[in-house]
Amino acid sequence: MSDLSGRHRGHSYYEANARGRITHLLDAGSFREILGPTERLTSPHLELLGLPCAFDDGIVVGHGRIDGRQVLIASQEGGFMGGAVGEVHGAKLTGLLELAVQERPAAVLLLLESGGVRLHEANAGLIAISEIIRALLAARAAGIPVIGLIGGVYGCFGGMGIVARCCDSLIINEEGRLGLSGPDVIETTMGVEEFDAADRALVWRTVGGKHRLLLGEVQRLVEDDIAAFRSAALETLEQPIQDLSLEALEAEHQALSARLTDYGSCQDATEIWSQLGLHDPLQLPLLDIQSFLKATCKIGREGA
Amino acid sequence: MPAGRMQELLEAVLEPGDRVCLEGNNQKQADFLAGCLAKVNPERVHDLHMVQSVIALPEHIELFERGIAHKVDFSFSGPVGVRMAQLVAAGKIQIGAIHTYLELFGRYFIDLTPQVALIVAHSADREGNLYTGPNTEDTPTIVEATAFKSGIVIAQVNQIVDRLPRVDIPADWVDFVTQAPTPHFIEPLFTRDPAQVGEIKILMAMMVIKGIYAEYGINRLNHGVGFDAAAIELLLPTYADSLGLKGKICRHWMLNPHPTLIPAIESGFVQSVYSPGSELGMEGYVSARPDVFFTGADGSQRTNRAFSHAAGHYACDLFIGSTLQMDLDGNSSTVTLGRIAGYGGAPNLGSDARGRRHCQPAWLKAGRQAHDRPAAMPRGRKLVVQMVETFREQMQPTFVERLDAWTFMESSGMELPPVMVYGDDVSHIVTEEGIANLLLCRTEEERSEAIRGVAGYTPVGQARSRSMVENLRDRGIIQRPEDLGIDKRLATRDLLAARSIKELVHWSGGLYQPPQRFRNW
Amino acid sequence: MEHLRFEFKTPGNRPSGRASALVGVVSSGNLEVMVESTDLNEACQVEVNTSARGFAAIWQAVLTDFAERHDLAGLRISINDGGATPAVVSLRLDQAIEEFLGMSS
Repeated sequence: MSDLSGRHRGHSYYEANARGRITHLLDAGSFREILGPTERLTSPHLELLGLPCAFDDGIVVGHGRIDGRQVLIASQEGGFMGGAVGEVHGAKLTGLLELAVQERPAAVLLLLESGGVRLHEANAGLIAISEIIRALLAARAAGIPVIGLIGGVYGCFGGMGIVARCCDSLIINEEGRLGLSGPDVIETTMGVEEFDAADRALVWRTVGGKHRLLLGEVQRLVEDDIAAFRSAALETLEQPIQDLSLEALEAEHQALSARLTDYGSCQDATEIWSQLGLHDPLQLPLLDIQSFLKATCKIGREGA
Repeated sequence: MPAGRMQELLEAVLEPGDRVCLEGNNQKQADFLAGCLAKVNPERVHDLHMVQSVIALPEHIELFERGIAHKVDFSFSGPVGVRMAQLVAAGKIQIGAIHTYLELFGRYFIDLTPQVALIVAHSADREGNLYTGPNTEDTPTIVEATAFKSGIVIAQVNQIVDRLPRVDIPADWVDFVTQAPTPHFIEPLFTRDPAQVGEIKILMAMMVIKGIYAEYGINRLNHGVGFDAAAIELLLPTYADSLGLKGKICRHWMLNPHPTLIPAIESGFVQSVYSPGSELGMEGYVSARPDVFFTGADGSQRTNRAFSHAAGHYACDLFIGSTLQMDLDGNSSTVTLGRIAGYGGAPNLGSDARGRRHCQPAWLKAGRQAHDRPAAMPRGRKLVVQMVETFREQMQPTFVERLDAWTFMESSGMELPPVMVYGDDVSHIVTEEGIANLLLCRTEEERSEAIRGVAGYTPVGQARSRSMVENLRDRGIIQRPEDLGIDKRLATRDLLAARSIKELVHWSGGLYQPPQRFRNW
Repeated sequence: MEHLRFEFKTPGNRPSGRASALVGVVSSGNLEVMVESTDLNEACQVEVNTSARGFAAIWQAVLTDFAERHDLAGLRISINDGGATPAVVSLRLDQAIEEFLGMSS
């Protein structure tokens, strides 16, 4: 029934849950889950706090194939506690990244959707984030590309925002959001005058997919369609993995300082777009993906 | 009239005890004039009798707190309902009556004629002619009642221009015009984000389309404002189309321009829409579809709440809406204790039009079903459908033995329990469990058993007689999704013509410009 | 949290489905339902962990209707519930059985 309106509509990444995304991203029937729900590896902390558990603790990890190539994949469930990282959840992700060093898959795909650390198990969650980052960098150092996909309702924030920026490459849709502090956190700590989290247009032009692409923080902006994410992931696989030499890192640090000098005084993302030389910056959020990419193609998008 | 002298003007024209109409519906508000009125000296102006559609702004409440006004006749008080209840209890507000819109407008011409009306328009010219823009709403009604009974009409406008796009209110009906320091407030009240339409509402919408709209051939209708109605609108281009119903149902509407109706308009279901008010962000789209909407020579929409509600009552064959509580007679109420909410338009739209005489197939068919004695005088019947999930959030049962409205009446000294839609006006109840056709019930016992039969796992529903419910099902009084040939597995969000505000924008060809709070891009 | 256990004696057939199936997500007003085959004959075991206390009678009624509807034996059904309404619970249960039997698209 998906095409009754006569308009083509694929599987929305934004709408899908963690398992649905894996199903449509990988080759049909290729996914084999590690520590699946029947293992009942649930959070030891939530029960004590009187909160419901999830059989997979909000993350699905396993083996699969994409266009025939072996990959490891993790998918966070935003619907369960906003995808927040607890002890078990974090350990499953760390373990998957450590497995990558042994198995040497073509890539590790991280389908990220998370508000960050699960506050109910704060210390364990914080430790988990650092373990994930260490394991991710170890996988990259071993030459395994780690590709992040972002595009769910809850965005990718907090500790998982840092994890995302440690990936080789990121793919995002325009609904996707990436940042450190989430909009509500900024509003709560800095006041509504500084940042109005209810002003959704402001939120999206500050942390949304389009802005992240223009800043060079993500590499690919795609339609909200799991098939588009799949194609972008395959394109990314074709590319040489990122240079992790000291020179490359120093160059990136320089680029980041230059960015701060150039845009540090901007009050709104539209001012940055203006300085980037884009015409009619107020219209950019309203353009569809193809028109947006066309309107902004002259901007040199730097690596992560 | 300079804005800075408005308070002075109000103190000059108002006498204690005057009846004052302060314009404001749940969409546009004469917010500047409300603020000025709330600041007048209560020693000079006091004990006003307010007559107004909606009590919504903090300034409205302030009038009573400061003693500027004492009595009020109104229709709806959603946002400030809790404070209203407190002020009534404290003796600060005396409620004359709570009305449905058309009833209140009627009284403007009989026994509640305003002596002073404080109204709001988009712009004025140098002569004092007014342009309301798409949100004409209540303005013509208020001005008509006041200006032609020697009352004083004071208007706030956003701007004063040399030439108006069109004249909605002629200058000689208006006494004073002031340019407000800030544009008047408009609430996007009818925007329902498709992202929040869940599977259960989709299943219920499928039942409504197949079991009621197709069954009766509904072509003249009015929808409530909830997500239930939005789900129906979003299934027309998909599910209803797959049933071959395009051109056969849902052609003529009395409805605010719901953004969720865009896909149905674009796919050719909808021929006309007449609206009580406009909706923020829909202006460009409405202007581009003058074949569907009522628009002026200037291209912008013209709305009118009084005419719309007359049309909804007399010219529509079906009303569908939702409610918070329903009893076993089918009476429904949105009262929650400690809060005065009022009625708005639902009692008028959700009631059989006893004065109606013109015939339509749907109206005649409903009339035949409701007829129990062959010898009785035949007449038609409006379809009034209540669409509710058996439990609301926090597991509050929708179906109850006794409405909270009774307790409310007792605690607030009202003469009648505040019922939104009376049971004898209701023709169908739709829940996730099925459809109950009350027209076909012949006894009170059958009627309450039919309601129990769709009341799910609520205590009321569990008290059903299983054998009697099966009997009602055999007679088609209760219909389950499977009786209607509905495959429940299709009830997923994939069936929605639009799953997000962004998809609505795409359907509109970029003409719908949603307010910022509804965007996630 | 409330933990509820139900067992339904059913003469129904032991279905030949997948080893297990999981549908739904634990979130506010939603739930996950996991179906696994067991060695139990002529019985269906259901275990519910729910954040909404005090609704055991409604769970009993919803699950009794579900068991009657499907007439299945030899199943273990486990539910984590974030306060879903009976309508949503019934829907997820039906979806879980379809998924388990491999009927879903």
